[in-house]
Amino acid sequence: MLRHARSWLIGLFLASLAGHTSASWTINMSPGATEVSRSVFNLHMTIFWISVIIGAMVFGVMFWSMIMHRRAKGAVAAKFHENLTVEILWTVIPLLILIGMAIPATKTLIEIYDTEDADLDILVTGYQWRWQYNYMGEGVSFMSNMATPREQITNQQAKGEHYLLEVDEPLVVPTGQKIRFLITSADVIHSWWVPALAVKKDAIPGFINESWTRIDEPGIYRGQCTELCGRDHAFMPIVVEARTPEDFATWLAERKATAAAEAELTSKEWTLEELMERGQRVYTSTCVACHQANGEGMPPVFPSLKGSELVLNDIAAHIDVVVNGVPGTAMAAYGPQLSETDIAAVITYERNAWGNDTGDIVAPIDILNFKNGQ
Amino acid sequence: MSAVIDHHTDHAHGPAKGLMRWVLTTNHKDIGSMYLWFSFAMFLLGGTLAMVIRAELFQPGLQLVDPNFFNQMTTMHGLIMVFGAVMPAFVGLANWMVPLMIGAPDMALPRMNNFSFWLLPAAFGLLVSTLFMEGGAPNFGWTFYAPLSTTYGPQSTTFFIFAIHLAGISSIMGAINIIATILNMRAPGMTLMKMPMFAWTWLITAFLLIAVMPVLAGVVTMMLMDIHFGTSFFSAAGGGDPVLFQHVFWFFGHPEVYIMILPAFGAVSMIIPAFSRKPLFGYTSMVYATGAIAFLSFAVWAHHMFTVGIPLTGQLFFMYATMLIAVPTGVKVFNWATTMFRGSLSFEAPMLFAVAFVILFTIGGFSGLMLAIAPADYQYHDTYFVVAHFHYVLVPGAIFGIFASAYYWLPKWTGHMYDEVLAKTHFWMSFIGMNLAFFPMHFVGLAGMPRRIPDYNMMFANFNMVSSIGAFMFGATQLLFLYIVIKTIRGGKPAPAKPWDGAEGLEWTVPSPAPYHTFSTPPEVK
Repeated sequence: MLRHARSWLIGLFLASLAGHTSASWTINMSPGATEVSRSVFNLHMTIFWISVIIGAMVFGVMFWSMIMHRRAKGAVAAKFHENLTVEILWTVIPLLILIGMAIPATKTLIEIYDTEDADLDILVTGYQWRWQYNYMGEGVSFMSNMATPREQITNQQAKGEHYLLEVDEPLVVPTGQKIRFLITSADVIHSWWVPALAVKKDAIPGFINESWTRIDEPGIYRGQCTELCGRDHAFMPIVVEARTPEDFATWLAERKATAAAEAELTSKEWTLEELMERGQRVYTSTCVACHQANGEGMPPVFPSLKGSELVLNDIAAHIDVVVNGVPGTAMAAYGPQLSETDIAAVITYERNAWGNDTGDIVAPIDILNFKNGQ
Repeated sequence: MSAVIDHHTDHAHGPAKGLMRWVLTTNHKDIGSMYLWFSFAMFLLGGTLAMVIRAELFQPGLQLVDPNFFNQMTTMHGLIMVFGAVMPAFVGLANWMVPLMIGAPDMALPRMNNFSFWLLPAAFGLLVSTLFMEGGAPNFGWTFYAPLSTTYGPQSTTFFIFAIHLAGISSIMGAINIIATILNMRAPGMTLMKMPMFAWTWLITAFLLIAVMPVLAGVVTMMLMDIHFGTSFFSAAGGGDPVLFQHVFWFFGHPEVYIMILPAFGAVSMIIPAFSRKPLFGYTSMVYATGAIAFLSFAVWAHHMFTVGIPLTGQLFFMYATMLIAVPTGVKVFNWATTMFRGSLSFEAPMLFAVAFVILFTIGGFSGLMLAIAPADYQYHDTYFVVAHFHYVLVPGAIFGIFASAYYWLPKWTGHMYDEVLAKTHFWMSFIGMNLAFFPMHFVGLAGMPRRIPDYNMMFANFNMVSSIGAFMFGATQLLFLYIVIKTIRGGKPAPAKPWDGAEGLEWTVPSPAPYHTFSTPPEVK
């Protein structure tokens, strides 16, 4: 368990030096990038200052007593122990303050719940441990994986500025338009949170939650999954990239073209090398967290693929595990998450990497046939 | 027959000798001591797990443990602290002090008392053993949300479920015992509205326990059925509802947080008057406020679920109800402050812990009020802001309440005065360590750090390091408490029957240490 004890101590020293450069001493929430996030920020500051004022009064009385009414200073205790007027006052006044607070909170909440009349619908699906974004009615859908290299996490490489908060494919959205998020999950409960948008909604299997935002300015807004969802809960960031409506339209058109090209890959003739190359990429972004870069996994929870019975023999069974997952374990069903080409590539990769050397080629068409045969 | 009678007379004068005294005892003082030792052992164990968490979070990157093991640590830390440390400590205090406070010779149901204690080592033996099982201990957080804890849980989940059942049965029996004792065995003349606050808050806590522990038993049983018997209570794939889990869990869980704090309210309501040498301000409103808090605690559970997507009207109801709890809680805080006002104050260790309790618990109350504002909660929920909030109400709240009680009554338990200098050192080290550990968590939470993560971006690094240093300091300081208690048991200045000149109550009318049997003849209360 105590691995890298020395590098840990050195890191401690370096981190304390680097303290004032890369790390920050931020102590408050940011007002964010939307009208709603600014209302939320105002509520936050209002209730904070109310607390500060009440606290100053109560603690003031306490410290006054502690300083002035000490026995050591010869204080003699008074005998009073009730006063109806005071007691009624300090029940009623807080009640009035709370009512005053509840009114703006209710207004903001009603606004947050108004998900009607959206310009764009995006289905957000949580998976262990990545997000899928589906632009409803546009035929564009992709997975968004964390892009931070493992070497940075294990301290073998210097950490980048957006350590753990960077993805391979950000969620691109237009500014100035009302975007409705339909949020769900394919496995456990996740929670989709972007602080700058003040949007946090749980992704729950079997439910579709709704939320919305309208971003003022182009920019990159980062967030994280905020509901414990298993081993890699810390490693499924969210990156929202807001672009002007024109830039967004260009981007969407490009994505549609790529999606069409991707679909054609299914019927392409693939060589082992091509599949291995693509498979390694898929493996690194999707499988490596559990099965590890060397394919040895972390038994007994995450089995080894290197020299595995399943991987070396029955191709159909191997495809079945990847497409449908293994119920009751952490092995998810990748059928709905990855394209046929990616599944074929990663299976080919697993059957030929780490000395598995079966020479088997699994083509995208095999996956398509398998899915159609189900 | 005559032999039996002879034996009986021998027994009546003192405890049996050897180990069997503790196994078979039905004496409320013995059982109280065992509860307190057990809870302290669990406190150190749960604290050790917290040290692992803080060591991993000392700086960004994965250094010491695998994320899966990290999740086991957060889960076991929470479960052990809630069910193994805080709750049994208050049951231990109740066992020792409630009969002495109300002038009863013992608890109403002494044999059940023995059983409810001895279930706990079994429960926690079972729970802790999961750390050594294949696949590891529970890793889904102390709130064990389905389906992470059912479909995706480790094999040891079943052991966890049985451990919760055992601890729950123990709590329910303890609660029944306390209610039976308080309602039936008060000394002549002690009407309910003359009862010490600690007895009052425990009476209300006991009713909360009886109401909600079966709900917890229900939810873990539903989990057991989902895992082993093919039901789908919480599995969407089988037509079940993962959100149902959260409703049932928090219907238990919210009253549970008051179960952990109300007895501390009671103890502090006795300690502050004692060291202010002035009667408690607003005794009657204190009792009613406690009742109001307990009542409202059943109507606020969904404020833990503001992000799950409950309808707007539901959201508004739970927001308003939660804000309302601030009113009776405020009354209590104002009463404590007014009790101190124009008193004659001195600051022995129990008073230091009690005053810190009021101030820091109030800070936890303020962050609670902030969390009640549903739109703002979208930003706070499941971040370190929440971690800061509940540690402020549980550490300087529940745990400082327990320390204050321990120092206040140690002379009565042991017959010796504790070492005041060491106790004050314990207080100041705990106070500084605890604030260093938990205050910066507000900042990283507001800056956007989610809870239950083993690794984080560098923008959270500075305050996490401060937190870890504070946590190590707080953790190490608790060994000093162990030393102080052992030292007090083994010797020290003999304690008079009433070591605190401002203290009130029947417990100070019996000698120190309290004899094995007290109030065999009930005292008269005027």
